[in-house]
Amino acid sequence: MTKTPGLRRWTSLLVLGTALALSANSADAKKDDKKAAPIVADPYPSTYKAYPGTPTALVGATVYDGRGGKIENGVVLFRDGKLVAIGAADMAIPDGYTRIDGRGKFVTPGVIDIHSHLGVYPSPAVDALADGNEMTNPTTPDVWAEHSVWPQDPGFTRALANGGVTTLEILPGSGNLMGGRTVTLKNVPSITVQGMKFPGAPYSLKMACGENPKRVYGEKGQKPSTRMGNFSVDRQAWIDARHYMDGDHSERDLGKDTLEGVLKGQILVQNHCYRADEMAQVIDMAKEMGYKVTAFHHAVEAYKIADLLRDNDICAAVWADWYGFKMEAYDAIPENAALLANAGTCVVIHSDDENGIQRLNQEAAKAQADGRRIGIDIPDAKVVGWFTYNAAKSMGIGDKTGSLEAGKMADVVLWNGSPLSVYSRPEKVWIDGALMFDALDPKRRPVSDFELGQLGEGDVK
Amino acid sequence: MSRRALILAALAATAFAPAAFAQDFAVTNATVATGDGGAPIEHGTVVVRAGKVVAAGAGVAVPAGVQTIDGTGKWVTPGLFSAVTDLGLWDVEAVSNSNDSAADKSPFNAALDVSPAINPSSEHIAISREGGVTRASVAPANGDSIFAGQGALIDLGADPNAVTKARAFQYVQLGEAGAKLAGGSRVAAHVALRSALREARDIAATPNAARSTDAMLTHADAVALAPVLDGRQPLYVGVERAADIRSVLALKSEFPKLDLVLVGATEGWLVASEIAAAKVPVITMPLRDLPSAFEALAATQSNVGRMKKAGVKVAIGMFSGSNQPRYAPQEAGNLVALAKLPGAAGLTWGEAFAAITSVPAEISGMGGKAGVLAPGAVGDVVIWDGDPLELSSAPLEVFIDGVKQPLDNHQSRLKQRYRNLDRTYLPKAFDW
Repeated sequence: MTKTPGLRRWTSLLVLGTALALSANSADAKKDDKKAAPIVADPYPSTYKAYPGTPTALVGATVYDGRGGKIENGVVLFRDGKLVAIGAADMAIPDGYTRIDGRGKFVTPGVIDIHSHLGVYPSPAVDALADGNEMTNPTTPDVWAEHSVWPQDPGFTRALANGGVTTLEILPGSGNLMGGRTVTLKNVPSITVQGMKFPGAPYSLKMACGENPKRVYGEKGQKPSTRMGNFSVDRQAWIDARHYMDGDHSERDLGKDTLEGVLKGQILVQNHCYRADEMAQVIDMAKEMGYKVTAFHHAVEAYKIADLLRDNDICAAVWADWYGFKMEAYDAIPENAALLANAGTCVVIHSDDENGIQRLNQEAAKAQADGRRIGIDIPDAKVVGWFTYNAAKSMGIGDKTGSLEAGKMADVVLWNGSPLSVYSRPEKVWIDGALMFDALDPKRRPVSDFELGQLGEGDVK
Repeated sequence: MSRRALILAALAATAFAPAAFAQDFAVTNATVATGDGGAPIEHGTVVVRAGKVVAAGAGVAVPAGVQTIDGTGKWVTPGLFSAVTDLGLWDVEAVSNSNDSAADKSPFNAALDVSPAINPSSEHIAISREGGVTRASVAPANGDSIFAGQGALIDLGADPNAVTKARAFQYVQLGEAGAKLAGGSRVAAHVALRSALREARDIAATPNAARSTDAMLTHADAVALAPVLDGRQPLYVGVERAADIRSVLALKSEFPKLDLVLVGATEGWLVASEIAAAKVPVITMPLRDLPSAFEALAATQSNVGRMKKAGVKVAIGMFSGSNQPRYAPQEAGNLVALAKLPGAAGLTWGEAFAAITSVPAEISGMGGKAGVLAPGAVGDVVIWDGDPLELSSAPLEVFIDGVKQPLDNHQSRLKQRYRNLDRTYLPKAFDW
């Protein structure tokens, strides 16, 4: 019996953790580099530009705007890549718009996954393409996920077609305490990563607490081998980064550049953490060292400290109901998201999985229903925000996408039924106003180079 | 009573526990899905007596004196049957001390038998029961051999007697994973498999003869494979690629009595007519649509629908680890969704529901006995608050062998404890 795909990352951690030899500390390797390279804010700039689209009017559908609003029989207008207006049936539709009959259908913002490893752990899951965990040093804030992303990962196409995913944050894995910089991508097919990069999205630093880092490095006979070791290594890294920040930068240090960005509030922190007690410790560490955690990811015990997270303005990015696969997931409960929402805490539904990313809407629906059964009734319109606006906000792009508001990017999904029903699928998906998927048009579906001419050709067989 | 007598009495009490508490009951005026592949029946009735289903459907009269549960607005179905799971074999999957699914340092392989290790008190079982799963086939995972060992059939009742059939099947892994286990290639895996079956044939034919000095299997492993060889014990074969499936089907030319079941079969749709002609059933995880390996390049969510159309008996299963048996309705529901998309192949509602109830039960040798609401079937009945395939639905009541089951567990206690976050007067640890 083969392992489930969802566990691939930690099972591969178990294997790689012992197989990889410890390499020299990256700081030592730079000693000779006396002439520091100039700090370039955006050395791998996005080359993405919106693809052509036609001015479109979606008419008659139930519209969820991603921020809790719902319009029955609504109208959504977009052109030139931007949303123009969202309104009720009586809203005038200017000339020049192609009308699409949305009666009986639903419109939401494009789905956003805040936690994906597509491209860095792509399909096929072969070692030659496994580039998500630089497990040679417990802190690697110097590595950038975008340098590992393989744009030909067929997972991007499935996330688009089945999940309506228009934007996703690709994170390094959780083998390290500081895994590196994330990259936010538009889910458009591209030969280059730069051609997918979300224009203007801030970077995040991926951090991890708990079992993974202490296991990976403990098995190498190296610090950290305990949770207290985890904190020790983290704290020293922040202290060193602060020293670097206050210095003259005569010697560039890639890792400390990233940490400096965090300390200055320019880079967000996405922190993999399961247990309530550990999240509370991380919150104190962030205060001690002068940075802010944007979101805790996985956060299966977030429900125990919903108030603490709310009061510290930290989102919880969670699965609906994963449970029991590792010790720190033993207290996971399906009501996690609902209990958080009930306390007024920001909830994001994430995938961390190349299959789960195809059904974020369904995961949210399950979490909603689990809440309803304990008397927490969260309206559909708010639940849609769990996989749209709240994700965008936590990725620092809430002003650009994640909701249906005039002037924002026209990232839009037309569903053939309620997005919270198992019987619904995306019918059409637009990214910046360009139609990137149409379930009714066999050619309007991307096929990655990898699949071209092979048996699996884009699942369009 | 002596200590020994006390123990015997206790054992007797537990052995007969299910029958002792089985209750006669009827659910009336519910939407009844019998699991037979047909459409749900409105205003249906289900009658259970002495732990067995007596009648199910429309126009069924409730016998006098049988307790009646009003099913208005509810759905009634057979319990879900989860084929090829790891239920009861771990407490925490990644905590190796608690995980009995694989034994990579054991000298044995085919002889391994999961039945004595299954823990009926496992949280994993309790949580799955709450999700409407009432029976399962539990498979071992591979250690360092292509043979994982022998799986068992279990029920998920809250009683000590989980195993209903030990040594129900043998599991062998081929394809990429099998190649790795066999020493590095598919070639080696096929030699290992055929050689093992020949050793089993020899030991079955002349049990007392001295074995060849180059025998590869331990005596116990060779003996364990004898019932596979003569078809008394099904051989579950983990395999994905179309070509690998053809090679499995071809095994029957040398070993004609093999009772094969394909597990995985990601590329099954490419060889569906051959699988159907060989009358070999398939257990698969339908929504895996990524070319996750070179042996799965043809992965598609339409795999099940296409195999079904070609006449293959297909069950949804293979839930293990964090991919849990209680997710089966979601997998099935997605196949209904798929039927609406041009170019895709899905299932009707009835077919999809059968794929998580009667079909896996049939493949597991419990056809007509489990996974269906039909006269004579086990009294595994689930009352749902809505369409069981829909994301918003959940079981309200679960019966196994006619016994009403407790639905509380570690998770449900945690949710009660943390329903509010007031820690003012005492720590949460006092709230239980």
